[in-house]
Amino acid sequence: MTTATGKARFGVVNFPGSNCEKDTLYVIEKVLKAEVDEIWHKETSLKGIDVLVLPGGFSYGDYLRCGSIAKFSPIMKPVIEFAQNGGVVIGICNGFQVLLESGLLPGALISNSSCKFICKDIFVKVERNDTPATRGIEKGAVLKIPIAHHDGNYFCDEKTLETLKANNQIVLRYCDENGNVNQEANPNGSISNIAGICNRQRNIFGLMPHPERNAEKILGNADGLAIFEALAECRTFDS
Amino acid sequence: MKVSVTVSLKEGILDPQGKAVEHALQSLGFNSVKGVRIGKSIEIEMDGSGNQKEAVKDMCLKLLSNPVTENFKINAEPNK
Repeated sequence: MTTATGKARFGVVNFPGSNCEKDTLYVIEKVLKAEVDEIWHKETSLKGIDVLVLPGGFSYGDYLRCGSIAKFSPIMKPVIEFAQNGGVVIGICNGFQVLLESGLLPGALISNSSCKFICKDIFVKVERNDTPATRGIEKGAVLKIPIAHHDGNYFCDEKTLETLKANNQIVLRYCDENGNVNQEANPNGSISNIAGICNRQRNIFGLMPHPERNAEKILGNADGLAIFEALAECRTFDS
Repeated sequence: MKVSVTVSLKEGILDPQGKAVEHALQSLGFNSVKGVRIGKSIEIEMDGSGNQKEAVKDMCLKLLSNPVTENFKINAEPNK
């Protein structure tokens, strides 16, 4: 859909317990200057959205497993349909957990290997720049983005990992500031240093880092903005 | 009728909480401890109607466990 701003129209889902939806809305509306709707989880339809964001937080208090209850929120039915029809969906942190629990992306996020909640800036390497969320970013670029999670340790079985690699679905990997992907730069024990993956069609993307938390220079650096700028160019349903 | 479900991490899945408890037990002098895994116990009160065994299995598959990382065991199976 073409908006007056010429940018994608965003939707940000608000689950009970989400706590990054306001930051995300702020970045899209005030920094990116794109149109955005806040969508309460009880809504049962999505209209005129080009890019849908499942934000970070602690949906349903992280009870049972992170994201496990949010996947049954009424809004998830249209979200799953939207995603399966090629709609661009990005899940940040808890949103990533919801995408995995919903089966929209493969694998799971388990407890950090340190068993601690980690809140700090980390570096990620952009492994591919032909996804809706990384277009325009140089391949191999190193972004400094904060993480804030207890369950960010990406896990999948060997067969799934092989498939992810073969299909080039690993979008972001934890690295050091020079772009070296190694165990020292892995904050949470994620298999193969995975920080973000997409589906085979590339329209569904989940990541643990919080790009909405550093989309303005005043917050240290604005590396996170590049992801939102890429998404702003997406047109799911041209009209 | 009460049904109890145990959800445990699959073999090979890292359990840092279990590791921490294992080390704590060993440092308390429980030298016979060779490993600790922590899971969840879920008790479900049911009204006894319908095919409860199937219902509880369905609950485990849909919500109570994550097949990627967890196994489940229905401990006190309902009558039917």
